[in-house]
Amino acid sequence: MRSTTFTGSRRVRTNHSVVEVLWPPLVFGLGFLALWELAVKVFDFQPYFLPPPSAIWDQFKENPQLIWNATKVSGLNALIGLLVGTALGIAISFLLGRFRLVNELMTPLAIALNAVPIFVLVAVFNNMFSITSEVPRRLMVTLVVYFIVLVNVTRGLREVGPTQLELMRSYAASEVAILRKVRVPNAVPYLFTALKIAAPAAVITAFVSEYFGGSQNGLGSRIVASIAISKNATAWAYVLGACLLGLTFYLITVALERVTTPGGVAARRRAGA
Amino acid sequence: MTAAAVEVKRLTKTFNAGRPDAVDALVDIDLTIRPGEFVSLIGPSGCGKSTQLRLIANLLEPTTGEVLVNGKPARQARLDQDYGMAFQQAGLFEWRSVVKNVELPLELKGWNKEKRHGRALEMLELVKLPEFAEHLPWQLSGGMQQRVAIARALAAHPPLLLMDEPFGALDEMTREHMQAELLRICGETGTTVVFVTHSIPEAVYLSTRVVVMSPRPGRIKTLVDVNLGSTRTVDTREDPAFFRKVTEVREALRGMQVTDLDEAGLEP
Amino acid sequence: MFVLSLVAVAVLWELYKLVGPQDGGKLFGITILPRANDIAMPHVWDMLSRYAEPERRGASGSIFLVVLSGAWFSFRLALTGFVLGTSIGIGLAVLMARYRIVERGLLPYLVISQTVPLIALAPLVVSWGGKLHIGGFEWPRWLSAAVLGAFLAFFPVAVGTLKGLTSAPQAASLELMDSYAASWRQTLFKLRFPAAVPFMIPALKLAATASVIGVVVAEISTGLAGGVGRLIIEYAREATSDPAKVFTAVFGAAALGLVMAGSVALIDLATMRTRPPKEAFE
Repeated sequence: MRSTTFTGSRRVRTNHSVVEVLWPPLVFGLGFLALWELAVKVFDFQPYFLPPPSAIWDQFKENPQLIWNATKVSGLNALIGLLVGTALGIAISFLLGRFRLVNELMTPLAIALNAVPIFVLVAVFNNMFSITSEVPRRLMVTLVVYFIVLVNVTRGLREVGPTQLELMRSYAASEVAILRKVRVPNAVPYLFTALKIAAPAAVITAFVSEYFGGSQNGLGSRIVASIAISKNATAWAYVLGACLLGLTFYLITVALERVTTPGGVAARRRAGA
Repeated sequence: MTAAAVEVKRLTKTFNAGRPDAVDALVDIDLTIRPGEFVSLIGPSGCGKSTQLRLIANLLEPTTGEVLVNGKPARQARLDQDYGMAFQQAGLFEWRSVVKNVELPLELKGWNKEKRHGRALEMLELVKLPEFAEHLPWQLSGGMQQRVAIARALAAHPPLLLMDEPFGALDEMTREHMQAELLRICGETGTTVVFVTHSIPEAVYLSTRVVVMSPRPGRIKTLVDVNLGSTRTVDTREDPAFFRKVTEVREALRGMQVTDLDEAGLEP
Repeated sequence: MFVLSLVAVAVLWELYKLVGPQDGGKLFGITILPRANDIAMPHVWDMLSRYAEPERRGASGSIFLVVLSGAWFSFRLALTGFVLGTSIGIGLAVLMARYRIVERGLLPYLVISQTVPLIALAPLVVSWGGKLHIGGFEWPRWLSAAVLGAFLAFFPVAVGTLKGLTSAPQAASLELMDSYAASWRQTLFKLRFPAAVPFMIPALKLAATASVIGVVVAEISTGLAGGVGRLIIEYAREATSDPAKVFTAVFGAAALGLVMAGSVALIDLATMRTRPPKEAFE
């Protein structure tokens, strides 16, 4: 990454600052793990309370295939829901711009649903579809993602600078032209904001959906099943898998944002973030 | 004999000292301000006038040299609340009513409720805003907010008032009105003022002395004595004496390189 | 408007029941369209009238009271979790605002934690119930649910409050406090906290929802009895014989979320009363 035109001293400083940024979280993280390990040993915690990190790591290493299989199931549910929900959210938000009534009906609903544990609908979906299929779970993820994307993209299409609008009007630009030249570009950062919320939310929802019964193949079901047979370290290993899945989804979204909006990255760099 | 209101001796200030991006903001500043004086600091961006004000306020520590306020080290003066300060933004706390804003410095000094409320009302009387005591800051115009900020700065009756472009964000008419008000208030209270500004007429109209500063590194170029008398009115601004002083300050400022390249960072 | 949109949803629901396939639409052998029969999708009026009937045949009192007491049980858990999580979150934010080193060490984890399904811990924490003894204190099962609510609630509060404490006060206001030689504590309480309120309110809203989610998930994943989450699971199993029943509990959970969010909205109203109207900010 580093350009070769940097002088020697500058490079040293850059390296130095990377170390400076990284050491506090590293020390905190390792310290936390060490304390956890130590606490388990010293106070002799029962494994059902807290297994030591080393035991969790062992389980994680020993069962890579099982964890990977479960991750694939939950991950695929999350991914499908994320893609369909995003597509749907974008499509409807364009419609909302066109039809006032739909907008006024949809907005309060979206706000209220924000405050509601919406995932309980899985219980209903399980009856509406077949409980043994993955459709209810995927539909649930879709619904969650849809509302996040809808709210943000709608805002992006609408909240355009008044000066920019006046400028376009002064060119006698058509509504379609305004949409393409002003509104859509304006909405792109909003879309990514939505995706950065929606991607982890998709994983979480996919996961929670499994607590409502149905096939016992995803990460969520595996965690519950492992606890039922008192294999808590294994359950923690699945939790670790779940965290990695969530992080992967998030990082891919961030990477996508960087690739598609180079201007945004440059702006961020300039801002020093 | 009474101590000088402000005494600045062989002051230098270097930002980022010892690093490759070190900047000399101020060098060799010597300045003595007598009690009751109104002194303006004027100069192009980057001449260190705001820095100098913050050194007097002890919001910054000098690299070398010494600052005395009322004969005490600047730090002690700050701890004793020997000065009040006003900024370009009125900076009122939007969650407090106007009178509570004025009470703030007294509250921090540990005054009891009645005493500080009484004083705050007195101060609002002084800036002619008594009927707005219970209003919220955002309900006031910019000029009124700035008057509240002055009331707040003077609430503890400090002998010294430090002002950093307090009228810079106001429109021209409000600004001239505020200048007259400030002179009246200072006349009534006998407060010494150090005033940072970009505006030549403002400096001349208000001051007994104008300190003209030059940039890079910041230093004092000349001191211009202004004496337009203690009763300045609207007519003063059309007086030939006023114009002569404006010209004198402008001449002193002339020839300085005016750039805005990376200067913003120098003036916190 | 909100009532109208609810009506619109109900109308769509009934409309689909009219035209939708009774046994669901299949595509490549997968059910794609929901079943429109009365078992999978009961009529809206059946859901509402179900509230008046008893929970099960022969039981006294209406199911409305059962759902209400379940929601009340969950609400108390969520509130406990919310208060606990908010206090910890604010405390942590103050610590991070005070000591830069704590912020640098902790903040990356807080940010990452937002992207990670912490909810996965639910069954683990709930499994402590009845088994864990600390001294003479036996860890009750309900406490796990509250702890989980707190766990989910404290992250947004910590991040939001930190942002408010550090970036909300204007530089001039901080200088003003310095010029008064105000102590860090005085600056914290007189300037930083009041200035941070607009940042904290949205965080508290998130926390309120998060605490409800934490509690409901804890109830569902482990069948913790007494709350509305357990009712949903129970009633969902009875869907074939009593299809409208599950909806009574689902709406109960929704109401629970709205009440929690509403409480925060009240805090919002109370604290932001004196603030400039929103337009004044721009």
